[in-house]
Amino acid sequence: MNSPTGFDMNQPDVTAAAQLPEMPFAAKVTRTGEHPDAISFEKVGVCYRTPNERIVTFKEYAIRWLQGKVRHREVWALHDVHLHIKRGETFGLIGRNGAGKSTLLKLIARVLRPTTGRVIVRGKIAPLLEFGAGFHPELTGRENVYLNGAMLGFSRREMDEKFDRIVEFAELWDFIDSPIRTYSSGMTARLGFAVATDIQPDILLVDEVLSVGDEAFQRKSAARMHEFRDGGATVLMVSHNMAVIQEMCHRVAWLDHGALMAAGSPSEIIQAYRDSQE
Amino acid sequence: MNSTESLPVYDSSKRGIAALEELREIIKYRNLLFQMVRRDVVTRYKRSILGIAWTMLNPLMTTLILAIVFSQVFGAEEEYAVYVLSGLMPWTFFSQTTSASIVGLLWGGSLIHRIFMPRTVFAVSAIGTGLVNFLLSLVPLFFLILITGINLTWSVFLTPIAILFLAMFSLGVGLFLSSVAIRFADIADMYQIILTAWFYLSPIIYKEEYIPEQFNWIVKLNPMFYLINFFRAFVYDGRFPSIEEYLITGGIASISLLFGWIFFSRRADEFAYRI
Repeated sequence: MNSPTGFDMNQPDVTAAAQLPEMPFAAKVTRTGEHPDAISFEKVGVCYRTPNERIVTFKEYAIRWLQGKVRHREVWALHDVHLHIKRGETFGLIGRNGAGKSTLLKLIARVLRPTTGRVIVRGKIAPLLEFGAGFHPELTGRENVYLNGAMLGFSRREMDEKFDRIVEFAELWDFIDSPIRTYSSGMTARLGFAVATDIQPDILLVDEVLSVGDEAFQRKSAARMHEFRDGGATVLMVSHNMAVIQEMCHRVAWLDHGALMAAGSPSEIIQAYRDSQE
Repeated sequence: MNSTESLPVYDSSKRGIAALEELREIIKYRNLLFQMVRRDVVTRYKRSILGIAWTMLNPLMTTLILAIVFSQVFGAEEEYAVYVLSGLMPWTFFSQTTSASIVGLLWGGSLIHRIFMPRTVFAVSAIGTGLVNFLLSLVPLFFLILITGINLTWSVFLTPIAILFLAMFSLGVGLFLSSVAIRFADIADMYQIILTAWFYLSPIIYKEEYIPEQFNWIVKLNPMFYLINFFRAFVYDGRFPSIEEYLITGGIASISLLFGWIFFSRRADEFAYRI
């Protein structure tokens, strides 16, 4: 092979391509033909074993155990859920409390693992759940931004790069070096929202809470959400507010007692859910 | 090619060995480790005037009080101050890091059922914070060694081995305890009582030779007995430990860490619905 210098520079690419068959997903997911599903649930079940009676202390547990009275039962928080959520889709989850909506979000967020079946998530996830949960009151806003970013899995260098944008969006330049304990709850939430949503995620998880800060900031955060949606992010939202679901979602799934009752167009599913409530 | 590189795929069925995955994740999240150690060190001193100096003064004061009291009781000599401090340091490290592991995981409970992070991060960062404090308290220790005129040998440069074994042992215990404490609310309180008893069962304020013969076997069951003596070999006795001592303390440290890490990682997936 005649090898001018330019050819040598291509060498790494050639080896990378040769390795592709060993990585099935890297091979499947290419820029032109990405997998159409962002999230796949294949016959997913989540089961936990809990004691029949609620035993909180070890002392109680030890006594019961000695008496041979510890009995466990199996609770299926989700059962046989089969669901595919497409890339770019805004998907709503409805159902009563304890129906398994949050469990479903936890599976996607990798916080829980399914007992049976398989969950596949393709893309970077941004969890929009209770902003500022990891903030420390004694640390400054700046220090907390770095801490919170680390919790979301960002490196120090990535946070250096994001920092200015985050503070700009949260509109907190004047207070960024004051301890968080001096912030109002609205300011804290703004900072948390800004850290969590700084980059365009592939998948956005929204659990109920979207009323962050004052009215102006609410508009700003709603605008950012729409921006993500229009930018091609897959949005998964849990809400009891049917008007919001109806307006925002392309498709809706209705869960009841851990089972997927129906999935389809918002108006259809919301109607079916309402009928069942009467 | 950039867009394919930035698209991570998570497949729940591709599950390796839990303990190894946890290890891989904690390495990936090393910035979080650093940030959490930083948080704990910074917040501890932010509102105190003495700041970092406090970590050095605190063990020194405790040692002075103990030394004064016990020199009256046992008629102990000057060296006794170094003896106490060199026992107090590993003990404080152990009791603080294991307690902090429990508190850390309970605090982190509200986070780990919302966003993914390696769950060992709380115990590992507790060890990190403990190490910072330990290194700071080496200053008063060497200050005491100098003024009491204890003769040390080149073995003092091997002290990091003792610190490593101590950290491994404490991490294992911290991981085990925190995963149990997240299940049972009373474990944290019970542990504080156990710690008090454990303190007196360890050769911290008394010397080995004061232990009555019939209680010797109890002392020998205590892992902290070996770890404290191992540390003292370098900073108090001024000797090189025997191969046997390396094997015993290294063995205790490795078994504790392996057991704690595996026990913890196998339960970690349950935490999200336990809390």
